[in-house]
Amino acid sequence: MDFRFTDEQQMMAEAVRNLLADHCQSADLRRLMASGEPRDEARWKRIVELGLQGVLVPEDQGGLGLGEADFVLLAEACGYAGLPEPLVENAGVALPLLAAVAEADGPREVLDRALAGEITIAVAHPANAFVADADTAGAILAATDGRLHLLDSANASLVEQPSIDPFRRLFTLSHDAGPATACAETAVIRPHLDAAFDRGALFASAQLLGIAQRAVDLAVAYAKERKQFGKPIGSYQAVKHLLAEAQVKIEFARPVVYAAAGSFDSTDIHSRARISHAKLAASDAADLACRTSVQVHGAMGYSWEVDVHFFLKRALALASWWGDAHHHQDRVAERVLSQPLGAEHAFAREAADA
Amino acid sequence: MDLTYSPEEDAFRAEVRAWMEANVPPSPLPSFDASREGFEAHRDWERKLAEGRWGMVTWPEEYGGRGLDLIRWLIFEEEYWRAGAPLRVNQNGIFLLGPTLMEFGTNEQKARFLSKMASGDEIWAQAWSEPQAGSDLAAVRATARRDGDEYVLSGHKIWSSRAVFADWAFGLFRTDPDSERHKGLSLIFFPLNAPGVRLQPIAQIDGETGFAEIFLEEARVPAFNRLGEEGQGWKICMATAGFERGLMLRSPARFQVAAQRLVELYLAHQDECGPETRASVMRSFMDAEAYTLSIYQTASRLMAGGTIGAEASTNKIFWSEMDIALHRTALSILGARAELLKTAPAAGNESRWLDGYFFSLAGPIYAGSNEIQKNIIAERMLGLPRG
Repeated sequence: MDFRFTDEQQMMAEAVRNLLADHCQSADLRRLMASGEPRDEARWKRIVELGLQGVLVPEDQGGLGLGEADFVLLAEACGYAGLPEPLVENAGVALPLLAAVAEADGPREVLDRALAGEITIAVAHPANAFVADADTAGAILAATDGRLHLLDSANASLVEQPSIDPFRRLFTLSHDAGPATACAETAVIRPHLDAAFDRGALFASAQLLGIAQRAVDLAVAYAKERKQFGKPIGSYQAVKHLLAEAQVKIEFARPVVYAAAGSFDSTDIHSRARISHAKLAASDAADLACRTSVQVHGAMGYSWEVDVHFFLKRALALASWWGDAHHHQDRVAERVLSQPLGAEHAFAREAADA
Repeated sequence: MDLTYSPEEDAFRAEVRAWMEANVPPSPLPSFDASREGFEAHRDWERKLAEGRWGMVTWPEEYGGRGLDLIRWLIFEEEYWRAGAPLRVNQNGIFLLGPTLMEFGTNEQKARFLSKMASGDEIWAQAWSEPQAGSDLAAVRATARRDGDEYVLSGHKIWSSRAVFADWAFGLFRTDPDSERHKGLSLIFFPLNAPGVRLQPIAQIDGETGFAEIFLEEARVPAFNRLGEEGQGWKICMATAGFERGLMLRSPARFQVAAQRLVELYLAHQDECGPETRASVMRSFMDAEAYTLSIYQTASRLMAGGTIGAEASTNKIFWSEMDIALHRTALSILGARAELLKTAPAAGNESRWLDGYFFSLAGPIYAGSNEIQKNIIAERMLGLPRG
């Protein structure tokens, strides 16, 4: 038992944090929003140069062969920065799914290009009503008609569904999927689709954690500067207590998200329920933190000028992305009501994995 | 990150479980706050634990412990609560003063106090608050006047848990009469049966006398009873409070077991419950797990040489609020039977939820009120300016 990240995991996250601190600042986000471009190509190029696309792809397929506990801090950093580009969905969900089904030459070639950073992959998963970042993707993995298809612009057409989040790019998809585009039967790849869902939910949780902390940090910075009645508003208990309550929520979502990442590989009902718990706890924390941040900012919090709304909107979007609260509550209830309870079941036993 | 129990940790769990199954009293002991008889029954249990060297497993062997790491302490606690073993009558000693003594005491003080604490021969009460020093603890007025090799204690302490039947108390005293606030305070131990120490029990919300007022009228204790340097009392007191709010006093097992009982209660009354009740039950289960995960994470960090800081305050807020929510859900499931005392023929075994509910209401108050904890979080974790 050792509930700590390794130095390597911390260093990898630090590299992403540093890059985003330099290149995903408020001015960068606002410039992208004004440009109407789907993504900041210069920033995306830097992210690609970090070589993280294949972090969850096995080494024998050209990836880094790392696990969810290696990626979770990166996803948290992306949430904290409000990153518009699809590092989390591409590297965290789409590429491991593609790698799991890339047996034929066609899909293998697509995977190689995605690993090289030439293209991104979008996923049309039954759990989500829309496909994110489909317009910039080089290929779309779509689970439909009992099969998993690999589509491209030749056989897929997209209708944009604008989101309240200015940096989310959602689409509905119509396609000419047929035997030629199929890369696997869904019956065969059901476990891979389930794993994609769990990765999606886990990394959405991690992003929500980052969003929550960013919302609190923005409010803290404002509360130290903004003066009323001759003192910084952050010196008043009414404001302190709002922010402390939000921070408590974050502190007790974080270990759940990390533990869900650490036990991802034991694909049992307990580890699935922990992912759902992580999603619920992180969504709650982000919801409270963002609303608190709006409140602490006062009228400024209701303005376009302050960045809080970026995080409020992302939190709202991710709360029902990769499973809404009802879905995840049901998964927790299934574990609680059908499995043995008791403290000794909070963690797996070594022998059970052997 | 390794979130599995090793075979050695599993073996340790099995050893604790076997001992508990063989030794835990088959029926609950009478409350240690209601009568001398109940108090002494709990002291006997502490002695039995000590004989098995289970009194405080993290302590060094020379003081009756086993020198085990924090993960094993958590496993011990899980098995302790699973077995339904008696509440620790000496919790002020073993969970709060013990770790503080270990950190600040001289070898002579450790030898004098720790073993008898671990053995249950000396049960401890705390004497921090005063009528005018509650949340504002630095306002203490009780004095310790140095007289040769002794201190002469005078003052009025209140809300002293366990003081009615306990043997010793530790408290905060002003050793420098000209000092103000946090300066000039010292932590001093005194026997509760010493001349000049008078006790006045206080009836609690549930009618039991879990705490007392202590009147100190020129009570003399050896200077040996001062922990740390003169004037260092506030710093030591804050370290003790850290243990109290943090992982020692409220190990997660207590809440894991309570959440499990709540799920069992829900399953027994599922037909009478709506979806809101199910959601509340799930919330309590998840909160107990979240607290557990957080404490395992903290324990891992501490074992690797880390320290515990303001997160002790987040812990205290989280477990105290969780405890209230959990018991409120249980009472809502019990419906009309929730108000029944255990003497009511229709109460069955469920009146413990009522006891637990009242006790949970104390959680946001003791060990530093939650409002004070929120100030600590805001100022020390978030860096907001002091008011």
